[in-house]
Amino acid sequence: MMEERLKKSIKLVKKGDQTAFEDIVSYYQNNVFAICFRMLGSKHEAEDLAQETFIRAYVNIHSYDENRKFSTWLYRIATNLSIDRIRKKKPDYYLDAEIKGTEGLTLYSQIPNDQVLPDNEVESLEMQAYIQKEIMALPAKYRSIIALRFLNELSLKEISDVLEIPVGTVKTRIHRGREALRKRLRHV
Amino acid sequence: MSCDKEIVEMMHQYLDGDLDKSEEKKLRAHLQSCQACQHHFHELKRTVALVTANVDLQPSPDFTKKVMSQLPTEKKRNSVIRWMRVHPMITAAAIFFILMMSGVFSAWNQDQLSYPTGKNLIVKNDIVIVPEGVTINEDIEIQNGNVKIEGKVNGDVIVINGEHLTASAGAVSGDIKQIDQIFSWLWYRLKELGQSVFDLTK
Repeated sequence: MMEERLKKSIKLVKKGDQTAFEDIVSYYQNNVFAICFRMLGSKHEAEDLAQETFIRAYVNIHSYDENRKFSTWLYRIATNLSIDRIRKKKPDYYLDAEIKGTEGLTLYSQIPNDQVLPDNEVESLEMQAYIQKEIMALPAKYRSIIALRFLNELSLKEISDVLEIPVGTVKTRIHRGREALRKRLRHV
Repeated sequence: MSCDKEIVEMMHQYLDGDLDKSEEKKLRAHLQSCQACQHHFHELKRTVALVTANVDLQPSPDFTKKVMSQLPTEKKRNSVIRWMRVHPMITAAAIFFILMMSGVFSAWNQDQLSYPTGKNLIVKNDIVIVPEGVTINEDIEIQNGNVKIEGKVNGDVIVINGEHLTASAGAVSGDIKQIDQIFSWLWYRLKELGQSVFDLTK
Protein backbone atom coordinates (compact mmCIF):
# COMPACT_ATOMS: atom_id res chain seq x y z
CA MET A 1 0.00 0.00 0.00
CA MET A 2 2.72 2.37 1.08
CA GLU A 3 4.74 1.28 -1.95
CA GLU A 4 1.85 2.14 -4.23
CA ARG A 5 1.41 5.50 -2.62
CA LEU A 6 5.09 6.29 -2.96
CA LYS A 7 5.06 5.24 -6.59
CA LYS A 8 2.22 7.66 -7.17
CA SER A 9 4.10 10.43 -5.40
CA ILE A 10 7.18 9.81 -7.52
CA LYS A 11 5.08 10.05 -10.67
CA LEU A 12 3.61 13.32 -9.45
CA VAL A 13 7.05 14.73 -8.68
CA LYS A 14 8.15 13.77 -12.18
CA LYS A 15 5.20 15.71 -13.53
CA GLY A 16 6.35 18.76 -11.61
CA ASP A 17 4.33 18.52 -8.42
CA GLN A 18 6.83 19.60 -5.81
CA THR A 19 4.56 19.00 -2.82
CA ALA A 20 4.36 15.29 -3.61
CA PHE A 21 8.05 15.06 -2.72
CA GLU A 22 7.21 15.60 0.93
CA ASP A 23 5.81 12.07 1.22
CA ILE A 24 9.00 10.63 -0.16
CA VAL A 25 11.20 12.62 2.21
CA SER A 26 9.25 11.72 5.31
CA TYR A 27 9.16 8.05 4.38
CA TYR A 28 12.85 7.63 3.65
CA GLN A 29 14.42 10.22 5.93
CA ASN A 30 15.36 7.81 8.72
CA ASN A 31 17.03 5.30 6.43
CA VAL A 32 18.93 7.92 4.47
CA PHE A 33 19.99 9.66 7.64
CA ALA A 34 21.17 6.36 9.11
CA ILE A 35 23.32 5.60 6.07
CA CYS A 36 24.92 9.03 6.22
CA PHE A 37 25.45 8.80 9.96
CA ARG A 38 27.09 5.38 9.78
CA MET A 39 29.43 6.62 7.10
CA LEU A 40 30.28 10.03 8.52
CA GLY A 41 29.91 9.46 12.21
CA SER A 42 28.48 12.87 12.98
CA LYS A 43 24.84 13.73 13.44
CA HIS A 44 25.34 17.24 12.17
CA GLU A 45 27.09 16.14 9.01
CA ALA A 46 24.69 13.26 8.47
CA GLU A 47 21.74 15.62 8.64
CA ASP A 48 23.40 17.97 6.20
CA LEU A 49 24.21 15.19 3.75
CA ALA A 50 20.82 13.50 4.08
CA GLN A 51 19.24 16.81 3.09
CA GLU A 52 21.53 17.09 0.13
CA THR A 53 20.65 13.52 -0.85
CA PHE A 54 16.97 14.42 -1.10
CA ILE A 55 17.65 17.64 -2.94
CA ARG A 56 19.79 15.76 -5.47
CA ALA A 57 17.09 13.14 -5.82
CA TYR A 58 14.53 15.84 -6.51
CA VAL A 59 16.65 17.67 -9.06
CA ASN A 60 17.56 14.45 -10.88
CA ILE A 61 14.23 12.69 -10.54
CA HIS A 62 14.06 12.29 -14.31
CA SER A 63 17.06 10.01 -14.34
CA TYR A 64 15.27 7.62 -11.98
CA ASP A 65 13.95 4.59 -13.83
CA GLU A 66 10.53 3.71 -12.44
CA ASN A 67 11.00 0.03 -13.16
CA ARG A 68 13.68 -0.14 -10.52
CA LYS A 69 13.48 0.22 -6.80
CA PHE A 70 13.38 3.83 -5.70
CA SER A 71 15.16 3.07 -2.42
CA THR A 72 18.11 1.56 -4.30
CA TRP A 73 18.46 4.69 -6.38
CA LEU A 74 18.08 6.97 -3.36
CA TYR A 75 20.59 5.05 -1.22
CA ARG A 76 23.07 5.15 -4.06
CA ILE A 77 22.89 8.94 -4.01
CA ALA A 78 23.36 8.90 -0.23
CA THR A 79 26.37 6.56 -0.28
CA ASN A 80 28.01 8.36 -3.20
CA LEU A 81 27.61 11.74 -1.50
CA SER A 82 28.98 10.30 1.74
CA ILE A 83 31.98 8.77 0.01
CA ASP A 84 32.64 12.09 -1.76
CA ARG A 85 32.44 13.91 1.53
CA ILE A 86 34.86 11.48 3.19
CA ARG A 87 37.30 11.83 0.29
CA LYS A 88 37.23 15.60 0.45
CA LYS A 89 38.19 15.59 4.08
CA LYS A 90 41.81 16.17 4.85
CA PRO A 91 43.50 13.23 6.60
CA ASP A 92 43.75 15.16 9.85
CA TYR A 93 40.02 15.47 9.79
CA TYR A 94 39.73 11.95 11.04
CA LEU A 95 40.90 13.10 14.44
CA ASP A 96 38.24 15.70 14.22
CA ALA A 97 35.67 13.17 13.13
CA GLU A 98 36.13 11.21 16.28
CA ILE A 99 35.32 14.24 18.31
CA LYS A 100 32.38 14.91 16.06
CA GLY A 101 31.31 11.32 16.42
CA THR A 102 30.67 11.95 20.08
CA GLU A 103 28.50 14.90 19.22
CA GLY A 104 25.43 12.72 19.38
CA LEU A 105 26.56 11.65 22.77
CA THR A 106 26.91 15.16 24.11
CA LEU A 107 23.54 15.96 22.69
CA TYR A 108 22.09 13.03 24.52
CA SER A 109 23.96 13.87 27.69
CA GLN A 110 21.80 16.95 27.86
CA ILE A 111 18.83 14.73 28.46
CA PRO A 112 17.99 15.04 32.16
CA ASN A 113 19.42 12.25 34.24
CA ASP A 114 16.18 11.32 35.87
CA GLN A 115 14.87 10.13 32.53
CA VAL A 116 14.97 6.37 32.54
CA LEU A 117 17.36 4.97 30.01
CA PRO A 118 17.20 1.33 29.00
CA ASP A 119 19.77 -0.65 30.96
CA ASN A 120 20.32 -3.05 28.12
CA GLU A 121 23.93 -2.46 27.19
CA VAL A 122 23.16 -2.63 23.49
CA GLU A 123 20.79 0.27 23.72
CA SER A 124 22.99 2.31 25.94
CA LEU A 125 23.93 5.51 24.21
CA GLU A 126 27.51 5.46 25.31
CA MET A 127 27.74 2.04 23.85
CA GLN A 128 26.30 3.29 20.59
CA ALA A 129 28.78 6.11 20.46
CA TYR A 130 31.57 3.62 21.06
CA ILE A 131 30.34 1.27 18.34
CA GLN A 132 30.07 4.14 15.91
CA LYS A 133 33.61 5.17 16.77
CA GLU A 134 34.80 1.67 15.95
CA ILE A 135 32.87 1.70 12.70
CA MET A 136 34.47 5.03 11.81
CA ALA A 137 37.86 3.39 12.15
CA LEU A 138 37.03 1.13 9.19
CA PRO A 139 37.61 2.16 5.59
CA ALA A 140 34.65 3.89 3.92
CA LYS A 141 33.81 0.92 1.70
CA TYR A 142 33.18 -1.25 4.76
CA ARG A 143 31.23 1.48 6.47
CA SER A 144 28.80 1.75 3.57
CA ILE A 145 28.28 -2.01 3.65
CA ILE A 146 27.68 -1.95 7.37
CA ALA A 147 25.20 0.90 7.03
CA LEU A 148 23.25 -0.85 4.31
CA ARG A 149 23.39 -4.37 5.66
CA PHE A 150 23.06 -4.00 9.39
CA LEU A 151 21.14 -0.80 9.73
CA ASN A 152 18.77 -0.82 6.80
CA GLU A 153 18.87 -4.60 6.44
CA LEU A 154 19.07 -4.65 2.69
CA SER A 155 19.55 -7.93 0.88
CA LEU A 156 22.94 -8.68 -0.63
CA LYS A 157 21.46 -8.16 -4.09
CA GLU A 158 20.12 -4.74 -3.15
CA ILE A 159 23.46 -3.71 -1.69
CA SER A 160 25.13 -4.82 -4.90
CA ASP A 161 22.67 -2.62 -6.84
CA VAL A 162 23.17 0.37 -4.57
CA LEU A 163 26.95 0.25 -4.62
CA GLU A 164 27.15 -1.03 -8.19
CA ILE A 165 29.54 -3.82 -7.28
CA PRO A 166 29.08 -7.59 -7.80
CA VAL A 167 27.29 -9.63 -5.13
CA GLY A 168 30.51 -11.60 -4.57
CA THR A 169 32.34 -8.40 -3.65
CA VAL A 170 29.50 -7.41 -1.33
CA LYS A 171 29.87 -10.74 0.47
CA THR A 172 33.62 -10.42 0.79
CA ARG A 173 33.26 -6.93 2.22
CA ILE A 174 30.57 -7.98 4.65
CA HIS A 175 32.75 -10.84 5.86
CA ARG A 176 35.80 -8.63 6.24
CA GLY A 177 33.84 -5.84 7.82
CA ARG A 178 32.26 -8.21 10.25
CA GLU A 179 35.62 -9.75 11.06
CA ALA A 180 37.24 -6.35 11.56
CA LEU A 181 34.46 -5.20 13.84
CA ARG A 182 34.59 -8.44 15.76
CA LYS A 183 38.21 -7.73 16.62
CA ARG A 184 37.40 -4.18 17.64
CA LEU A 185 34.32 -5.01 19.66
CA ARG A 186 35.36 -8.31 21.27
CA HIS A 187 36.34 -6.71 24.58
CA VAL A 188 33.14 -4.73 24.89
CA MET B 1 42.14 -19.32 15.98
CA SER B 2 43.87 -22.47 14.97
CA CYS B 3 41.07 -23.71 12.74
CA ASP B 4 41.26 -23.28 9.02
CA LYS B 5 39.74 -20.40 7.14
CA GLU B 6 37.07 -22.61 5.70
CA ILE B 7 35.26 -22.80 9.02
CA VAL B 8 35.37 -19.01 9.53
CA GLU B 9 34.10 -18.56 5.99
CA MET B 10 31.26 -20.91 6.80
CA MET B 11 30.38 -18.86 9.85
CA HIS B 12 30.02 -15.79 7.69
CA GLN B 13 27.99 -17.67 5.14
CA TYR B 14 25.76 -18.85 7.93
CA LEU B 15 25.27 -15.28 9.13
CA ASP B 16 24.42 -14.25 5.56
CA GLY B 17 21.88 -17.05 5.34
CA ASP B 18 23.90 -18.70 2.60
CA LEU B 19 24.47 -22.11 4.17
CA ASP B 20 22.39 -25.11 3.20
CA LYS B 21 21.27 -27.71 5.70
CA SER B 22 24.17 -30.15 5.28
CA GLU B 23 26.78 -27.40 5.53
CA GLU B 24 25.06 -26.03 8.57
CA LYS B 25 25.27 -29.45 10.19
CA LYS B 26 28.96 -29.59 9.44
CA LEU B 27 29.49 -26.19 11.02
CA ARG B 28 27.50 -27.16 14.12
CA ALA B 29 29.44 -30.35 14.52
CA HIS B 30 32.70 -28.47 14.34
CA LEU B 31 31.61 -25.76 16.73
CA GLN B 32 30.65 -28.37 19.31
CA SER B 33 34.09 -29.90 19.15
CA CYS B 34 36.17 -26.73 18.91
CA GLN B 35 36.24 -24.18 21.73
CA ALA B 36 38.18 -21.56 19.80
CA CYS B 37 35.78 -21.58 16.89
CA GLN B 38 32.81 -21.48 19.20
CA HIS B 39 34.24 -18.38 20.79
CA HIS B 40 34.91 -16.82 17.40
CA PHE B 41 31.38 -17.57 16.25
CA HIS B 42 29.95 -16.12 19.43
CA GLU B 43 31.93 -12.92 18.94
CA LEU B 44 30.73 -12.59 15.39
CA LYS B 45 27.11 -13.01 16.37
CA ARG B 46 27.57 -10.48 19.12
CA THR B 47 29.16 -8.00 16.72
CA VAL B 48 26.20 -8.31 14.40
CA ALA B 49 23.84 -7.79 17.32
CA LEU B 50 25.76 -4.71 18.41
CA VAL B 51 25.74 -3.00 15.03
CA THR B 52 22.23 -4.10 14.16
CA ALA B 53 20.83 -2.91 17.46
CA ASN B 54 17.83 -0.73 17.12
CA VAL B 55 19.69 2.51 17.32
CA ASP B 56 17.61 5.57 17.75
CA LEU B 57 19.04 7.17 14.65
CA GLN B 58 16.73 9.91 13.58
CA PRO B 59 17.24 13.23 11.89
CA SER B 60 15.86 16.38 13.44
CA PRO B 61 12.05 16.56 13.69
CA ASP B 62 11.78 19.31 11.09
CA PHE B 63 13.97 17.45 8.59
CA THR B 64 11.26 17.16 5.93
CA LYS B 65 10.40 20.82 6.26
CA LYS B 66 14.04 21.81 5.87
CA VAL B 67 14.40 19.73 2.72
CA MET B 68 11.21 21.07 1.19
CA SER B 69 12.28 24.65 1.81
CA GLN B 70 15.59 24.02 0.07
CA LEU B 71 14.17 22.54 -3.10
CA PRO B 72 14.89 24.73 -6.09
CA THR B 73 11.89 26.65 -7.26
CA GLU B 74 11.26 25.53 -10.74
CA LYS B 75 12.05 27.89 -13.54
CA LYS B 76 9.09 28.52 -15.78
CA ARG B 77 11.08 27.27 -18.71
CA ASN B 78 11.89 23.99 -16.99
CA SER B 79 8.32 23.32 -16.14
CA VAL B 80 7.30 24.04 -19.72
CA ILE B 81 9.91 21.61 -21.00
CA ARG B 82 8.81 19.05 -18.44
CA TRP B 83 5.19 19.51 -19.50
CA MET B 84 6.16 19.02 -23.11
CA ARG B 85 8.01 15.85 -22.25
CA VAL B 86 4.99 14.53 -20.43
CA HIS B 87 2.55 15.49 -23.21
CA PRO B 88 4.33 14.89 -26.51
CA MET B 89 1.16 14.56 -28.61
CA ILE B 90 -0.31 17.84 -27.47
CA THR B 91 3.05 19.50 -28.01
CA ALA B 92 3.26 18.16 -31.54
CA ALA B 93 -0.29 19.27 -32.25
CA ALA B 94 0.40 22.73 -30.83
CA ILE B 95 3.56 23.16 -32.90
CA PHE B 96 1.70 22.04 -35.99
CA PHE B 97 -1.10 24.48 -35.25
CA ILE B 98 1.31 27.38 -34.72
CA LEU B 99 3.13 26.65 -37.96
CA MET B 100 -0.10 26.36 -39.86
CA MET B 101 -1.51 29.57 -38.43
CA SER B 102 1.67 31.49 -39.12
CA GLY B 103 1.50 30.29 -42.71
CA VAL B 104 -2.10 31.39 -42.95
CA PHE B 105 -1.40 34.80 -41.47
CA SER B 106 1.58 35.50 -43.64
CA ALA B 107 -0.46 34.57 -46.70
CA TRP B 108 -3.29 36.77 -45.49
CA ASN B 109 -1.04 39.67 -44.72
CA GLN B 110 0.43 39.82 -48.18
CA ASP B 111 -1.09 43.09 -49.18
CA GLN B 112 -0.14 42.77 -52.78
CA LEU B 113 -2.85 42.86 -55.29
CA SER B 114 -3.13 39.54 -57.02
CA TYR B 115 -5.29 38.65 -59.96
CA PRO B 116 -5.16 36.22 -62.83
CA THR B 117 -2.90 37.50 -65.59
CA GLY B 118 -3.14 37.06 -69.30
CA LYS B 119 -6.88 37.49 -69.35
CA ASN B 120 -7.12 41.02 -70.73
CA LEU B 121 -7.87 42.43 -67.32
CA ILE B 122 -7.17 46.08 -66.70
CA VAL B 123 -5.82 47.32 -63.40
CA LYS B 124 -6.50 50.88 -62.30
CA ASN B 125 -5.77 52.08 -58.73
CA ASP B 126 -6.30 48.74 -57.06
CA ILE B 127 -9.36 48.09 -59.14
CA VAL B 128 -9.31 45.15 -61.41
CA ILE B 129 -11.57 45.74 -64.35
CA VAL B 130 -12.99 43.17 -66.66
CA PRO B 131 -13.39 45.46 -69.64
CA GLU B 132 -16.38 45.58 -71.84
CA GLY B 133 -16.32 43.07 -74.62
CA VAL B 134 -14.03 40.70 -72.72
CA THR B 135 -15.40 37.30 -71.79
CA ILE B 136 -13.65 35.13 -69.26
CA ASN B 137 -14.65 31.48 -69.35
CA GLU B 138 -13.44 30.48 -65.90
CA ASP B 139 -13.47 31.47 -62.23
CA ILE B 140 -11.38 34.47 -61.29
CA GLU B 141 -9.93 35.32 -57.97
CA ILE B 142 -8.83 38.80 -56.92
CA GLN B 143 -6.97 39.37 -53.70
CA ASN B 144 -6.38 42.71 -51.96
CA GLY B 145 -8.21 44.71 -54.56
CA ASN B 146 -11.64 45.63 -55.80
CA VAL B 147 -13.19 44.33 -58.91
CA LYS B 148 -15.39 45.93 -61.47
CA ILE B 149 -16.97 43.82 -64.10
CA GLU B 150 -17.97 45.48 -67.33
CA GLY B 151 -17.53 42.48 -69.54
CA LYS B 152 -18.62 38.91 -68.95
CA VAL B 153 -17.43 36.20 -66.59
CA ASN B 154 -18.66 32.68 -67.17
CA GLY B 155 -17.72 31.46 -63.74
CA ASP B 156 -17.39 32.54 -60.12
CA VAL B 157 -15.81 35.78 -59.07
CA ILE B 158 -14.06 35.65 -55.73
CA VAL B 159 -12.91 38.84 -54.08
CA ILE B 160 -10.66 38.45 -51.11
CA ASN B 161 -10.07 41.48 -48.93
CA GLY B 162 -11.74 43.69 -51.44
CA GLU B 163 -15.08 44.58 -52.87
CA HIS B 164 -17.08 43.90 -55.91
CA LEU B 165 -18.05 47.32 -57.15
CA THR B 166 -21.64 46.97 -58.07
CA ALA B 167 -21.85 49.94 -60.39
CA SER B 168 -21.08 47.70 -63.23
CA ALA B 169 -23.14 46.49 -66.11
CA GLY B 170 -21.23 43.29 -66.66
CA ALA B 171 -22.57 39.82 -66.20
CA VAL B 172 -21.30 37.07 -64.00
CA SER B 173 -22.80 33.67 -64.61
CA GLY B 174 -21.50 32.18 -61.36
CA ASP B 175 -21.39 33.48 -57.81
CA ILE B 176 -19.71 36.59 -56.57
CA LYS B 177 -18.08 36.02 -53.24
CA GLN B 178 -16.55 38.70 -51.07
CA ILE B 179 -14.26 37.54 -48.35
CA ASP B 180 -13.09 40.11 -45.84
CA GLN B 181 -12.48 38.21 -42.66
CA ILE B 182 -9.56 35.97 -42.14
CA PHE B 183 -11.74 33.20 -40.85
CA SER B 184 -14.08 33.28 -43.72
CA TRP B 185 -11.06 33.34 -45.95
CA LEU B 186 -9.71 30.32 -44.12
CA TRP B 187 -13.07 28.63 -44.41
CA TYR B 188 -13.13 29.37 -48.07
CA ARG B 189 -9.65 27.88 -48.48
CA LEU B 190 -10.67 24.76 -46.65
CA LYS B 191 -13.83 24.45 -48.71
CA GLU B 192 -11.75 24.87 -51.81
CA LEU B 193 -9.39 22.19 -50.63
CA GLY B 194 -12.31 19.91 -49.90
CA GLN B 195 -13.74 20.55 -53.29
CA SER B 196 -10.52 19.81 -55.07
CA VAL B 197 -10.28 16.58 -53.14
CA PHE B 198 -13.77 15.74 -54.30
CA ASP B 199 -12.87 16.64 -57.84
CA LEU B 200 -9.93 14.30 -57.66
CA THR B 201 -12.08 11.44 -56.53
CA LYS B 202 -14.54 11.94 -59.29
